[in-house]
Amino acid sequence: MQNRTTSVRVSETAGPSGKPITVLRFSGDITSTSKETVLGTYQGLPPEVKRILLDLSKVEYINSSGIALIIQVLMQARNTGRSVQTFGLSDHFTKVFTMVGMTKYTDLHADEQSACAAFTE
Amino acid sequence: MDKDVLEVFVLSLPSKLGHEKVAMSTAASVAKLMGFSEDRIEDLKTAVAEACINSIEHGNRMDESLKVGIILSMTATSLEIRVCDQGSGLGAKTSSPDIDSKMGGEENPRGMGKFLIQALMDEVEWINSQPTGSCARLVIHLKKPEGE
Repeated sequence: MQNRTTSVRVSETAGPSGKPITVLRFSGDITSTSKETVLGTYQGLPPEVKRILLDLSKVEYINSSGIALIIQVLMQARNTGRSVQTFGLSDHFTKVFTMVGMTKYTDLHADEQSACAAFTE
Repeated sequence: MDKDVLEVFVLSLPSKLGHEKVAMSTAASVAKLMGFSEDRIEDLKTAVAEACINSIEHGNRMDESLKVGIILSMTATSLEIRVCDQGSGLGAKTSSPDIDSKMGGEENPRGMGKFLIQALMDEVEWINSQPTGSCARLVIHLKKPEGE
């Protein structure tokens, strides 16, 4: 048995100020086997990207190793002055992300619209 | 066996990442039969998955020939899950993750499994029964204990 493969689709949308937001839409499972998809995709973004939106609405299963990968994305984004907003987590994973302190480094939004509106720059 | 136990379910999984989902699904099915709420079932799924991952990665060191044993015992008011491996255990200490240290690169971004198990379950015990192995004992109550 394998974990459901992690997929990611990268797209661009405009924020309220008209500035571009890069959206990473994940689906499947995010586990220790997702490293290349999660970090590889993040690290492949062009340097001019400043605003990143993580769409986790189609993710079915995240374990602590998957959360660690999201932490690494947040860490690398912070080190390069990028802003990250997140949306689409279930109530349960919103609770789990909050428990481990992720909300210090990314806001967790219920939907894409409110997540986009949160980019202030 | 405890006289209050109504039913026991036993699973034996190869130590392979991904197989924890079998234990997760089984625990969720049993909890649903018992009448646990959806949010408690989600708590249980995460805790059982993390306990299995600890057993696969740390207890049995990813040796697929070694089994992770899962014993689910139902009583009228609680569900106990024992997740057992052939390792020496992770120790009883459970610390909260320090997100600032993780973000600063001073702490491994991983290593949150035990914390999540402890935070999501009503009772947790780490049992080291060398030389045979070690178990995580997780309990979830249908009604939260008084005072919580």
